[in-house]
Amino acid sequence: MSRQKQFNAVGKPLAHDSSLLHTMGSARYIDDLPEPVGTLHVYIAQSPHAHAGLLSLDLEPVKRANGVVAVLSAADIPGVNDCSPVMGDDPIFATDEVLFHGQSLFAVAAENIDSARAAAALAIAEWEVRDAILDIDQALAAESFVLEDRQMGRGDVDTSLASSPETLSGLLRIGGQDHFYLEGQVAVAQCGEQDEVHVISSTQHPTEVQHNVAKMLGVADHQVTVEVRRMGGAFGGKETQGALFACVAALVARATGRPAKVRLDRDDDMRMTGKRHDFRVDYRVGFDQQGTIQALDVEQATRCGMSADLSAAIADRAMFHADNVYYLPVVQIRSKRCLTHTVSNTAFRGFGGPQGMLAMEQIIQHIATHLQLDPLEVRRRNLYGASPRDITPYDMPVTDFVADQLLTELEASSDYVARRQDIALFNAESPYQKRGLAMTPVKFGISFTTTHLNQAGALLHVYADGSVMINHGGTEMGQGLYTKVAQIVADALGVSLQRIKITSTRTDKVPNTSATAASSGTDMNGMAALNAARTIRDRLANLFAQRHDVDAQSIVFKDGQVSAGDFSETFEELVKAAYFARVSLSSTGFYATPDIHYDPVSMSGRPFYYFAYGVALSEVIIDTLTGEYRVERVDVLHDVGKSINPALDKGQVMGGFIQGMGWLTTEELWWDSSGRLRTHAPSTYKIPTAGDVPEHFNVQLWERGENTEDTVHRSKAVGEPPLMLAISVLQALQDAVMAVDQHHTPISLESPATPERVLLAVEKLQAAEQQ
Amino acid sequence: MRDALRFIFNGELQEITELAPHTTVLRWLRESVRATGSKEGCAEGDCGACTLIVAELKDDQICYRAINSCIALLASLDGKALITVESLSDTPESAHPVQLAMAEHHGSQCGFCTPGFIMSMVAHVQSDQPPSPRDTLAGNLCRCTGYTPILEALDSVDVQAARAHTGFMQQQLEKKLKDLNQTDDLLFSGEEGTFFSPANAASLGEFLVEQPDAQLVAGGTDVGLWVTKQGKRFNTLVAMNRVEDLRHVRELGGWLEIGAAATYSEAQVALSAWHPSLNNLLRRIGSTQIRNSGTVVGNIANGSPIGDMPPALIALGATLEIAHGDDLREVRLQDYFIDYGRQDIKPGEYLRSVRIPPMSKGNIFGSYKISKRFEQDISAVAAAFWVDVSPEGNVVNMRACFGGMAAIPKRAATVENTLMGLPWNADSARLAAEQLAQDFNPLSDWRASAEYRLKVAKNLLIKFALESQGMDLNLYHDATACSETPS
Repeated sequence: MSRQKQFNAVGKPLAHDSSLLHTMGSARYIDDLPEPVGTLHVYIAQSPHAHAGLLSLDLEPVKRANGVVAVLSAADIPGVNDCSPVMGDDPIFATDEVLFHGQSLFAVAAENIDSARAAAALAIAEWEVRDAILDIDQALAAESFVLEDRQMGRGDVDTSLASSPETLSGLLRIGGQDHFYLEGQVAVAQCGEQDEVHVISSTQHPTEVQHNVAKMLGVADHQVTVEVRRMGGAFGGKETQGALFACVAALVARATGRPAKVRLDRDDDMRMTGKRHDFRVDYRVGFDQQGTIQALDVEQATRCGMSADLSAAIADRAMFHADNVYYLPVVQIRSKRCLTHTVSNTAFRGFGGPQGMLAMEQIIQHIATHLQLDPLEVRRRNLYGASPRDITPYDMPVTDFVADQLLTELEASSDYVARRQDIALFNAESPYQKRGLAMTPVKFGISFTTTHLNQAGALLHVYADGSVMINHGGTEMGQGLYTKVAQIVADALGVSLQRIKITSTRTDKVPNTSATAASSGTDMNGMAALNAARTIRDRLANLFAQRHDVDAQSIVFKDGQVSAGDFSETFEELVKAAYFARVSLSSTGFYATPDIHYDPVSMSGRPFYYFAYGVALSEVIIDTLTGEYRVERVDVLHDVGKSINPALDKGQVMGGFIQGMGWLTTEELWWDSSGRLRTHAPSTYKIPTAGDVPEHFNVQLWERGENTEDTVHRSKAVGEPPLMLAISVLQALQDAVMAVDQHHTPISLESPATPERVLLAVEKLQAAEQQ
Repeated sequence: MRDALRFIFNGELQEITELAPHTTVLRWLRESVRATGSKEGCAEGDCGACTLIVAELKDDQICYRAINSCIALLASLDGKALITVESLSDTPESAHPVQLAMAEHHGSQCGFCTPGFIMSMVAHVQSDQPPSPRDTLAGNLCRCTGYTPILEALDSVDVQAARAHTGFMQQQLEKKLKDLNQTDDLLFSGEEGTFFSPANAASLGEFLVEQPDAQLVAGGTDVGLWVTKQGKRFNTLVAMNRVEDLRHVRELGGWLEIGAAATYSEAQVALSAWHPSLNNLLRRIGSTQIRNSGTVVGNIANGSPIGDMPPALIALGATLEIAHGDDLREVRLQDYFIDYGRQDIKPGEYLRSVRIPPMSKGNIFGSYKISKRFEQDISAVAAAFWVDVSPEGNVVNMRACFGGMAAIPKRAATVENTLMGLPWNADSARLAAEQLAQDFNPLSDWRASAEYRLKVAKNLLIKFALESQGMDLNLYHDATACSETPS
């Protein structure tokens, strides 16, 4: 933001590169771009049923409507009618059967969106409505699965449970979550010569959009260029979900020869796109009198929706996080992936990890309540430790464990013990309001568990005037990836941040990229960019060594100068010299995460390069008459390794926490009995507001943090892990509810813990007490 | 009669004669003017990404209000000034202090919501009596930052410096608004309908008698949704917002009268002073942007069973003044609501004002709203209680009214009768609350189950009794809450 030259940029709390443009409204999102002449506006008609056969579809009245230029359905697709990431099971347009309410049927392209929308309603369809499976319990009963069951673990769980001094069993229901990115799904497509198509898409995964558009049009990948400068939020909701809209825009452009824009309004966006998976977790746990777990059996059933999408990897990640920070000597984790007649659920910040972890924290609290121990005690007893207590259920040793240190430090800095006592006193004196407190840790595995995705590329140009342009495969969705990568490049070349131009992500600059997902954006693209910068630096250093007859190893790039001993040149001078000396000033960079390996059949290996850790303490107050509550205070200590940009990292921690809090408190997805989502706009779907932020919100990055692995500048990924810190809010709410009967009865508060669920839980305890 | 819509857009006079009456401010900006700083996030006034400022002269002072442009009709800007984010600065070097503060505090991540936040914040610093920062921003959703950096940014702004930044613009604006000085009726007609914006109640009444089928629009926070969400179009729209003689909020013979054109924001001070319990309720009605547009009477007129204000007004014993041309009649508010979608109003009539009787000694009042989220949510249940207690402490009279429990806002007759004559305390409230199922058989929907609605409705009566006897059970305190109970 600052106009001043910023040298040594790595490690500084610099503002997001677009921050002032954001505030001025001049940062351009796709719908803000000037529309090319003749742009058509496209409305996608949707299924009115959750499950039905499409007996006939008459589109003639739609075609005849005012302003309509083209009406396109499955028959008009020249290539493959599919926009799925992996499995080939996400039709662009439904053909003879619809599998969820809101599924796309056909597209209407018109001179303006009102005409397109109005015309779409004129289609005449004949339906045969079929029985629909809408939720996890129905799917389990009907044995309706989209993918095979999976299982991981070690030892004989039944025997160990039988020999455990104490056993408990329980069931936890965990709700889904809509991404509610502020910018809805949008794509603009324009045809070039012959088979060329240029698509501007709000996507985290330009390469996959490119592949899907090419596959749909029946052309080679090199005909399709996908571009994105920035998204107005994504959170996983634009990892696969943008493909449909990009494909439809490209199809209209191809069919009409005119530019085409697909922009969803909020209601259509929420109805048509996938969400965080909801889960039902059943468990049996065996432990001793001190609360040390001896055996755990967990079954995770999740609603995938009507297709696979990314559910395999998401459900896997839920399994990988079923342990959270705890050593489970004998363990069995089973996963059931339910097929339902609802929108296909998809990636969402945490990617299954939050649900797996939440169940584990619930199990800990269940044990603690049963044994009448402070849950923090039980947590501490079960932490990973020295060998043999360092092996995860997937056989990976935890070698970088710091959750114990974080817990101890936060316990002291947050005054946990005294506050626990104060709260007990308050609750004893307060008949109608109860306070609750909970400290929960997070351990989150970093890497795509699909190993081949852990690769990234970058393209670095230095122009003859010394200005630098960096491009990489990562996308900017607000997380500040572009800023961090620019910091890394500036630092590597010893130039000011202002010399680095960051440009939009394009498939024609860096090919075969992975999604910007799994928190890996900086780890991978930062490293790829660093490798590109090192190549350029080495070439420049060699030239400098020749020009001044010095050892290339002794050359330093710093503060815009290149120097060795008494010799010094400005970066510009050296670049200019390189140009005249015919030295290439452009380089690619590549990175593949080392040392990871994983056998998907046995579900064992080292799927993660390292772990990110954090701890949060939440304090809440509930009104036992209404179930309403406030989150009064939150203390967070989070490990980001050596931060490349503490301001951006802190932003991720705070934002992730509040988003996680929304998931577990007020964000309720509600489908009616016919499978229609009825919470499809902010009027009915309630994400946190400024008023919901805890009055005291103390967020600290762990000063001693340093990645033990050789990541870029020893930093750690930060996109997803903080979301799970909000599990402390749900646990604190549960703690407050249990205060109603002095913590005698364990409860399992379903999430989101709306005021309704809190009140019903309170009254259940009160009713039991009166009996 | 004038046939050109006239308003100031970022300092320039706009005169528009051809306009579809349902055109929203946001669509006009983004599609006609191609001013794309204001964003569409929801098109229903719930996310705030489209927030901009409407300025007008009030008592010769410029008054700045943040509104949601996605549901505001462009035609409603007649005589006013529209200020968008584009007008604050041309270059990063000339950024407004609020914009600088936002960047310095890392208040933006993806940036899509940011212009809306900026406009709410600018309106905040321009206001002499702004609500608390959290109340100011509760109508702006951000999905990235967790809000803390934004609240810190607002907190850091030097109000004087911020006002100085826009000072030059402001002086010009004052003159331009004075020059506009539109006190005449506006009527324009085209292929897509007629728009009538009367400047006084006489014109309004006369027009409605002639065209009883015309659709009235006051704040547009409901009608705007019909346009954006249902694609509804109108033959004739009649705007209330320029009817100057219906914009009053005044005390008259001990009663508080709120005119049909008065917004929630305009009525908020008087209502909060009338009873502090109303302050908490008003803070939870919509958002600052919605309260700056929406009217108290409009919230009654639409007949919604889940309107936030009717239960409180019915419990207070409010009456409605209904006009047909020059003829006036008065009905009790509780009688206005007949059944779902049916109210006591005839073609050609309109609501002129709502009147609230004074509280007497021994009267106790409390109003409550239950929703998933505190701010900017629609009631699962709204409840309000007025009880008249004898010097001996017994219930002499009682009005308990609920929203969200039936097809209309409705009093709980059995509960009220049960309480008559009983000592006013929590035990009596508990006893009476058990009768609530006699009065209501609520629905289950996405806002709440029938079971919860019934339970929480009962408990609210108990909570009211406890609070009326001095217990503070409010979880939703506001640093700027005002005034005491009149007695």
